[in-house]
Amino acid sequence: MMTGYTDNEIISFVLNGNQGAYAQLVDRYQNYVFTLVLRLVKSREDAEELAQDAFVKAFKYLKDFRGDSKFSTWLYTIVNNTCITFLRKKRLEVQSLDNEQVFSRADNLDSGMRSDAVEHKSKQAMVNEAIKMLNPDDAMVITLFYKAEQSLEETAAVLGIEINAAKVRLHRARARLKEKMISFYPEEIKELN
Amino acid sequence: MEQRLWDYIDGLSQTDEKELIGKLLKEDMAWKSKYEELIKVQDWLQQADTEQPSLRFTKNVMEEIARSQINPAAHHYINNRIIWGIGFFFIAMMVGILIYGFGQMISSPGEASTVSKSIGKLDFSKFFNNNLVNALMMINVVIGLFLLDNYLTNKRKQFRKEA
Repeated sequence: MMTGYTDNEIISFVLNGNQGAYAQLVDRYQNYVFTLVLRLVKSREDAEELAQDAFVKAFKYLKDFRGDSKFSTWLYTIVNNTCITFLRKKRLEVQSLDNEQVFSRADNLDSGMRSDAVEHKSKQAMVNEAIKMLNPDDAMVITLFYKAEQSLEETAAVLGIEINAAKVRLHRARARLKEKMISFYPEEIKELN
Repeated sequence: MEQRLWDYIDGLSQTDEKELIGKLLKEDMAWKSKYEELIKVQDWLQQADTEQPSLRFTKNVMEEIARSQINPAAHHYINNRIIWGIGFFFIAMMVGILIYGFGQMISSPGEASTVSKSIGKLDFSKFFNNNLVNALMMINVVIGLFLLDNYLTNKRKQFRKEA
């Protein structure tokens, strides 16, 4: 097991011929990568395939990782590009839900996440559901910043935008998330607070 | 107010701004209540969980990897000399066109060689009568704009870093 090693150390093992060491990086980042992909591609099957593709691409181009950014930032850039290429190719309709759709979607949620349908859901589950209701751009920026441990500069680099644009996007995403939480889970939020 | 508070919460505020907001939070109820509201949102966001792929995920990736090889680093197969060569070719073309143009402006002996007269002597039909020349000039303009954009973007990044 190679649990104690840093990303860069593991990368140097891989580049020196220890291919198996890459499994450690996959284990370390699979949840983050899969979550990011799920923010853009709603089907779990597609998301799993794309997440795998991203890891394979990262492996193939590992020699291009110069170490001037974190490995995770570099990897998430590959994830973002892989998803965008997939969405363009498939011409999938990105789920950019307007308010009406959000309400109808929330009504149909089998998990019974609406405030009038549930007894007590964990705060964690509510936030996850609310993030899923956001448009992919908003969900992506929130996931990168809060879950994938990326700074604002790194988030901007992954998304290929300016830092100020990332800041504005993050600000809007949080405002929209707040709206969703208040609209869909008013009682729970009161209780939790 | 909200944007400034988010910057404060995210640790992006400058020192003087941080002090000012700290003071406002102590003295102004509106700022304090907004801050508390945003802290709650922050707390929600930190509660969000990551999704988990299937248990076979790592195995699948490793099986896929076993069939592939690590590609050589891009800087090993992108030959900088070729890029410089292409650049030199375009610059040589532009210089050639300029020399040709100025060559036409040279007046014959005994004639007054004022610039205005010389410019008047330019035969633009000789210059731009060829589609290939026009196309190449267009490419040069596009490349020139692209390089200028790159240069200005780098300058801006450098300036931001220094700031």
